[in-house]
Amino acid sequence: MIAAVNAGIALLLLGLAIWTIAARDTFAAIVGFVAYGLLLALAWVALRGVDVALTEAAIGGGLTGVLLIRAAAKLRATEAASNAERPALPTRLAAAIMAGGVTAALALVVLRTAGPAPTLAPEVAANIGATGVANPITAVLLAFRAMDTLLEAIVLLFALIGVWSLAPDHLWGGRPGARYRADPDGILAYLARLLPPLGIIVGFYIFWIGADLPGGKFQGATILAAMWLLAMMAGLADAPPVSRRWLRAALVAGPAAFIAVGAAGVGIAGAFLGYPEGLAKALIIVIEVALLPSLVLTLGLIMAGAPERTAA
Amino acid sequence: MTTTPGGLLLVLAVLAPIVGMLIAFTLGGRNAQRIASVTIVIGLGIAIAIAAAWAQTGATVVYLLGGWSPPLGIALRADGLSVVMMLAVAVVILGIGVYARADFATPAGVPEARAPFVFWTLLLAIWGALNLVFVSGDLFTLYVALELLTFAAVPLVSLDGRAETLRAALRYVLYALLGSMFYLLGVVLVYGAYGTLDIGLLAARVHAEPATLAAAAFMTVGLLAKTALFPLHLWLPPAHAGAPPAASAVLSGLVIKGSWFLAVRLWFDVLPGVVTLASAQLLGVLGAAAILAGNVVALRQARLKLLVAYSTVAQIGYLFLMFPLAFDAGAAALERGGALAGGTLQAISHASAKAAMFMAAGLIYRAVGHDRIAELAGVGRALPLSVLTFALAGLALMGLPPSGAYAAKKLLLDAAEASGQWWWASVMDVGGLLTAAYVVLVLVHALRPATEPREARAHVSHRAQIAALALALCSLLLGFAALGPAPLDAMPKPSLDFGALASALLVLLGGAVLAAGLGLRLPPLPSRGVLTAPLAPVRRATVAVGATFVRVDAALRQWPVAGLALIVAAIGFGAALLA
Repeated sequence: MIAAVNAGIALLLLGLAIWTIAARDTFAAIVGFVAYGLLLALAWVALRGVDVALTEAAIGGGLTGVLLIRAAAKLRATEAASNAERPALPTRLAAAIMAGGVTAALALVVLRTAGPAPTLAPEVAANIGATGVANPITAVLLAFRAMDTLLEAIVLLFALIGVWSLAPDHLWGGRPGARYRADPDGILAYLARLLPPLGIIVGFYIFWIGADLPGGKFQGATILAAMWLLAMMAGLADAPPVSRRWLRAALVAGPAAFIAVGAAGVGIAGAFLGYPEGLAKALIIVIEVALLPSLVLTLGLIMAGAPERTAA
Repeated sequence: MTTTPGGLLLVLAVLAPIVGMLIAFTLGGRNAQRIASVTIVIGLGIAIAIAAAWAQTGATVVYLLGGWSPPLGIALRADGLSVVMMLAVAVVILGIGVYARADFATPAGVPEARAPFVFWTLLLAIWGALNLVFVSGDLFTLYVALELLTFAAVPLVSLDGRAETLRAALRYVLYALLGSMFYLLGVVLVYGAYGTLDIGLLAARVHAEPATLAAAAFMTVGLLAKTALFPLHLWLPPAHAGAPPAASAVLSGLVIKGSWFLAVRLWFDVLPGVVTLASAQLLGVLGAAAILAGNVVALRQARLKLLVAYSTVAQIGYLFLMFPLAFDAGAAALERGGALAGGTLQAISHASAKAAMFMAAGLIYRAVGHDRIAELAGVGRALPLSVLTFALAGLALMGLPPSGAYAAKKLLLDAAEASGQWWWASVMDVGGLLTAAYVVLVLVHALRPATEPREARAHVSHRAQIAALALALCSLLLGFAALGPAPLDAMPKPSLDFGALASALLVLLGGAVLAAGLGLRLPPLPSRGVLTAPLAPVRRATVAVGATFVRVDAALRQWPVAGLALIVAAIGFGAALLA
């Protein structure tokens, strides 16, 4: 039974992947992509990677989907032109054959690997005690490989600068995106009033349990950012002008606090990003709490887009 | 493995620019530039301190992040290679920082402007990312470093906001992300096969099995796409030629060295015994194709910035010639030695020379209002310092003594001779001649007297000219570094004997002949008719050859072809690694 469900998920995934590539209409392809992301999350659940599943659903399916839909909406006018640029049949055939061949070779390589794959899981389990947290993923992300997580938080800021850099010069410092005017009695405004209270609770819950159970700041922040975006799109909230000093400070506060805790580790634990005995969990929570608002703002503003209106 | 003295400096090398970027981001406006200036000085100090810590023992500087040792934790490591690269990058960033003060000053009357804010924050971001590439000892952290580098670099392409440069930036980010995915796929395969991503541990565990070979092929091709090695270069010419000059200097001089360095790490430190003779030769072949095609197409460009960008396409080729030369057929493994030293020297020499060249081209553009090579007459008189900079950077790129590239070439030629691979030596010679050709072509145009007196259209910052000249001199005089202490003690000592001088003159002369044959628009000569009439058919033939190169290059830079090239390259490397 389980095997049949898994096989079904795998086949559907392949089908959706092919659909996404083959679909000529951009919106159709995006729908395929979002469905693919959600189904992939299910596949991760089946593989018992619940943390990965949450991330895939929130970021791979949800956030990326929203970004793609907004991009497609802006590109509506050029859709016909880009469809006309279709490469010749021999090119497409060659691409399909070679990409298919490479995929088959990869599948062979993976399937032929004998025995269970070597893993660091036992080592994580043996050392997790020192971190005070119970979720091994959190231990990896915020203790053993904290540097990667710090840098991933910072790369989002780079991306935000990149998004802002697309603003016209005279609107620099202004508010991102278009001003949304939704019908105050319409379905969008209704949803934007109904969903955020629930979404905020779910987002904070997923963030808070991350220390001990599947969840964490990136997934929680994505849900919170989505609620913010919903309120923006319904015209109930507006994105702040990007020149505001408080906004800039709030955006860097998370990574800055992360670096500060890391630097304190040099003094109190003998290593950058080291945690002293007994204090580890408290410091990890400090980092997560500091990162959450910065991540929500960064993700929300990346989705809101480049400044398009004056600050007033 | 434990943290060594000075290890904390490695953390500082990565985080100092990033913290500077965070502060610049928060304070914004004119403060962004001030903070960038302070950070550049601090960062240079850190690079020197790391070099000192390394030179004391000559052993790799190590830092265990969080006190966790690999495979569970992440180690930062700096060996001689990392130290040299960090020093070179710090010096080039300093030069670019001084140069960019004129172009990216926040205009009076506004608290903050878009281009300066983006430039100064991302300059620091790129620096932090590059230093992470140089010191990271973990394949996944290196992936993060590549992402940091790409996301920091792409917005610099479209700083001026024109549709054309936005298109170039989009090309760059899409192709670079394809490269990232290829690399990441390889990382996944490696972890699945060996249960660690630490470079040191992997080196002891890897062996040639299907998963390793597939990973090696994907990672290599991904990195080549990000480095824009021919024929995976569709994004480079428009991106590097369209960016503002200071940004072009960063992109062409520094950013592509990040993924190149990672390829070196991968081949020399992770997979030295796994790579095969055929795969090393394949890298060399692509390098040779890059040198030939990049240089010829550079000669056929009408605009100076595109010429310089194509020169980068060619110079990237040199950076991959060392792979076949470092392959020891007896041991069937890559050996760290003269070839690696030569390749590294080539990289830092190109970093400063190409930055200087883009800066000089930018100053010329600013002063004249265009960069059409055929209409540069009189520039030599109007902007003597910038034309001199262009000339010196050109000499450095050609590999004339005492430039760093000369020492690099000598190391590579020695390696070619020692391993009996004469063909790479001839590739280098032809490349040097072609480089000389376009440098001579540009100089001949720029040094012609103007028909009417030329007025500089815009003021050109004196400080910017000096910064560009200083970087060109750095590259040209790099050969003298061999006289100093380590870490460049493998370099040949510079000598200025008669033979070297004569061969330098020959290169210039040969370059002039090639320029006359292949150059796009030749300056009018007084005696043109008498002297050149018999040569006209020859010129027609050579021009046809040049035009063929241009057509092939244009075809290769189409999206469908470039996409196919990526898959073909992956299959090719897979096959070569099996051979």
